[in-house]
Amino acid sequence: MQPFIDINKLNLYYGEYHALKDVSIEIPERAITAFIGPSGCGKSTLLRTLNRMNDRIPGTRIEGKVAIGGTDIYHDEVHVESLRQKIGMVFQQPNPFPKSIYDNVAFGPKQHGVRGKKKLDEIVEQSLRSAVLWDEVKDDLKRPALSLSGGQQQRLCIARALAVEPDILLMDEATSALDPISTFKIEELTHELKNRYTIVMVTHNMQQAARVSQQTVFFLNGEVVEYAPTQRLFANPADSRTQDYISGRFG
Amino acid sequence: MSMSMKKQANPVPAYAFGKRRGASVLMDRLFTGLVWGVGIVVILFIIGLLFLLLEKGLPQLSWDFLYGLPSEIEEGGGIGPALFNSFYVLFISLLISIPIGLAAGIYLAEFAPNNKLIEIVRICVEGLSSVPSIIFGLFGIALFVEFFEIGLTILGAAVSLAFLNLPVLTRVTEESIRAVPVELRNASFALGSTHLQTIRRVLLPVAMNGIMTGICLTAGRAFGESAVIILTAGVSTSGEMWDFNLFSPGGTLAVHLWYVQSEAIVPDAQEIAQKTTAVLIFFALLINIVFRVPLWLNTRKNQA
Repeated sequence: MQPFIDINKLNLYYGEYHALKDVSIEIPERAITAFIGPSGCGKSTLLRTLNRMNDRIPGTRIEGKVAIGGTDIYHDEVHVESLRQKIGMVFQQPNPFPKSIYDNVAFGPKQHGVRGKKKLDEIVEQSLRSAVLWDEVKDDLKRPALSLSGGQQQRLCIARALAVEPDILLMDEATSALDPISTFKIEELTHELKNRYTIVMVTHNMQQAARVSQQTVFFLNGEVVEYAPTQRLFANPADSRTQDYISGRFG
Repeated sequence: MSMSMKKQANPVPAYAFGKRRGASVLMDRLFTGLVWGVGIVVILFIIGLLFLLLEKGLPQLSWDFLYGLPSEIEEGGGIGPALFNSFYVLFISLLISIPIGLAAGIYLAEFAPNNKLIEIVRICVEGLSSVPSIIFGLFGIALFVEFFEIGLTILGAAVSLAFLNLPVLTRVTEESIRAVPVELRNASFALGSTHLQTIRRVLLPVAMNGIMTGICLTAGRAFGESAVIILTAGVSTSGEMWDFNLFSPGGTLAVHLWYVQSEAIVPDAQEIAQKTTAVLIFFALLINIVFRVPLWLNTRKNQA
């Protein structure tokens, strides 16, 4: 597996607080990488450095390098909007806009200059199909997105992210607010999506990491303790702290 | 065995989740009653007030009265120019205050740095929104009558009214935009939207309910305002209908009401005042409805 996202000696500070310490990992293309670790360990922070959502938090300082497909994403010439277009993100709480299903999915493409009803219709259908939501909503795309169930809303958010044709999909505890059946549906979906997208997910649920990911990174106090192919990490952790965490001794 | 004997000796009611008794239940009842009572009293009061105000004026309204020119001496004068001025002044003042108020509110919510200066600006805006309107009237005089020497005009009144409403509009816009859930903001940015796109396509549409409430409030206030108008536009009109000249004297309906009640010598002043009151209230309600109906429809379409 060739590295697609290359994080090298990354340090991140929120003001005085040292949130990420010398993080160096490689994330392979077209596979699912899971970040696990206790709350406040820096896994979500690292996820947000990948699409530079941390830029919006005042007092954030970054040292080190994050390269995607060989490009340093913190280089001056990088447009953060173009970067985010290539990196979709799904959040912990389903956050559809208070608009119709159609307008939610068409939102991104419209912002990026896609015009014409036919083209937009196509994108909306394709994105909803990719997110396995199409069959449930195709009869009434004008329905308010907020009338969908939580699990459907989250899949709508995935469709919305896919509509701008990203290469990478970041999922920040995307199933932690959902019931087990919705969670299962989204896990199945990620299984499909990993053939086309590079997926990085933060999860509190170790079983989920074990079920869906190919590679797992374990964080503790802003440091990467261990990262390895998922099966190896869970079956035979190299670090005793990893062993303690995955066996439920803390966290 | 002895355990069950004990239980029988101390019987619990057949239905163990029966009515609760005690102070908390009583207080709950009292509070519910109080809230209902106050609510009913307030609603009755409003209905009664509206009835009192509209009772005499509304049935006598006629097109002649609405369109007609006012009369200084004889009976049967209308309110045409004053009614026209009310809308004209309102329109121009909103034309000035809405763009500036929205822009200032957006700046404070989205762009202003977090420092002492901005905090002071915020306190000033808040302070200004509770300054009595007559102060703005005096400011209008100083600016338009004394400094620019254009006299009592529609323009002076509209600008002074805009000043009066700017702080409220700014404040309401800022608060409404701040109230937009951060999740929606993140969703938009994560899709690669620029700051402007996020403001236009997400923040403003979601905040629109609050902003519209603010615009309604200020429009209603401007429509009914009298102190500012008396000082900057005078109590009279040019005496012509459809006078779009910004430099004409701009007595509005609210001012006309005060004028006929206190100064006018026409024999039917009392009747004119009653009818004017009815018209004033009718249009104030209408303005609210006109601004809100599209919002209700939109909310019904987009909310679950």
